[in-house]
Amino acid sequence: MKKEIICTVCPMGCRITVEGEGENIISVTGNICKRGEVYASAEFCHPVRILTTTIKTDNEKTPLVPVRSEKPLPKEKVMDCMEVIRKQVAKTPIAMYDVLVENICDTGINIVATGAVK
Amino acid sequence: MYNFECDVAIVGGGPAGLSAAVAAKKEGAKRVLVIERDESIGGILQQCIHPGFGLTYFKEELTGPEYAGRFAAEAVELGVEFLLNSMVLEVNEKENTVICVNKEYGMTEVKASSVILAMGCRERTRANIMIPGSRPAGVYTAGSAQRLVNRQNQLVGKKVVILGSGDIGMIMARRMTLEGAEVLAVIELMDFLAGLTRNKVQCLDDFDIPLYLSHTITKIDGYQRVKGIYFAQVDENKKPIKETEQYIECDTLLLSVGLLPENELTRKAGIEINPITNGPKVNQYMQTSAEGVFACGNVVHVNDLVDNVSVESMKAGKFAAQYAMGTLPKTQKIVQNISGENVRYLCPHSLSVAEENEKVSLYFRVLHPDNKVTIRVKSGDQIISSKKAQRVNPGEMEHIEFNTSDVAGDNVVVEVVKEA
Repeated sequence: MKKEIICTVCPMGCRITVEGEGENIISVTGNICKRGEVYASAEFCHPVRILTTTIKTDNEKTPLVPVRSEKPLPKEKVMDCMEVIRKQVAKTPIAMYDVLVENICDTGINIVATGAVK
Repeated sequence: MYNFECDVAIVGGGPAGLSAAVAAKKEGAKRVLVIERDESIGGILQQCIHPGFGLTYFKEELTGPEYAGRFAAEAVELGVEFLLNSMVLEVNEKENTVICVNKEYGMTEVKASSVILAMGCRERTRANIMIPGSRPAGVYTAGSAQRLVNRQNQLVGKKVVILGSGDIGMIMARRMTLEGAEVLAVIELMDFLAGLTRNKVQCLDDFDIPLYLSHTITKIDGYQRVKGIYFAQVDENKKPIKETEQYIECDTLLLSVGLLPENELTRKAGIEINPITNGPKVNQYMQTSAEGVFACGNVVHVNDLVDNVSVESMKAGKFAAQYAMGTLPKTQKIVQNISGENVRYLCPHSLSVAEENEKVSLYFRVLHPDNKVTIRVKSGDQIISSKKAQRVNPGEMEHIEFNTSDVAGDNVVVEVVKEA
């Protein structure tokens, strides 16, 4: 399988072509630095993204608290995580970095608050 | 009228105002007051819940609320005072007073030894770009929609088109998609992306949102609510080509078409404005043409990274505190900073050269992209500073440092030239 990946490590935006199957990479071409190769290989095998969104609170004055995944999540799980997050109502007070959803969608990653609500 | 006295009064509690407040306190100013029109501090970063902030300043990737939170916590700890829900109506540059109004005290006069303008910028609206059509509900600037979605729990629409490929527009494309809306198109007038490639990959490509370069909206359809938009490809003169016109059914249009420094107060105070940046002219102390008034952040020039705003605002805070305490270095001569080849503007615009040498940084944007260039500073016939850059781009601010003691004559020229 061949996949074209635009590198996002620096603003150059190299178009990198990765050839391989699953975890097995045959070739990486089009990058001009080592960081591009590392990025493109990871993006080919296991693309991940930091998820940032909001969770509803029980406080009318501040109806939302911003949240993020503590670590990057598998890209294909992002929409499933949103489904779970949408159903949450966080109890106030909330402090910065309070864990609001533990081990979301069995990824082993927590969703934490990135703001505080009294 | 309620009266308040302080050493340094800061208009605006966003990233610029908070960084300036922290620096003013650290420099020794006793009473530092931040006046903010919103109900909480942090400014626009409070709604920028996405990551990408702090990479250069904190060397880690933070979200907007986390970045603002760090400065807010430091300001509170240092004893900075805040006047929230307060709208500044006037800055009097002769007496260094600020008139503001709020629910608790009514009209309030703040008397300060120095004032820092940190009002930031606002978005260009539909009126600024004159899109034809009726005026239905459902047309928002991307930032307004961002506030409604991220802070007020109001999803602004279900079927969305975005005009402009700036970072806020692309980030809102992802945000609306995550919240269950359908983003049908991002339309960009230019033949290149306005924002960062990273945002195209992670906000548009990840969700298969189509990007139309060299296209523009020709008409908004709908009477009470947006029903759809007409859009067409543009020719080399940016004029729509009639035959290429298409229709998209949608209920919402978001505009991400640029930012303008918010300088109503500055203009009213009679402070000199630079016509290119639309912000006040400043020297290396971030001091405006009114000597007791300083300015920093997006009110001076629109930045691409908040990290740069913090660095610049700390200078404003430090020197406004020195001015308040009477310790700002005495000016011996004023040097104008002049934009040379491939430089659109320079900030600061002038230097107040004192007896003692100072290391200064000039920030600038290039006019057009280039690679393998030399950035150099000329004073008289001498090159007093130079550095090489692999590539330069109008979207990314550059800077160069030099010593004021090397400056001969009354101007310096910064230029970006192709390597020989």
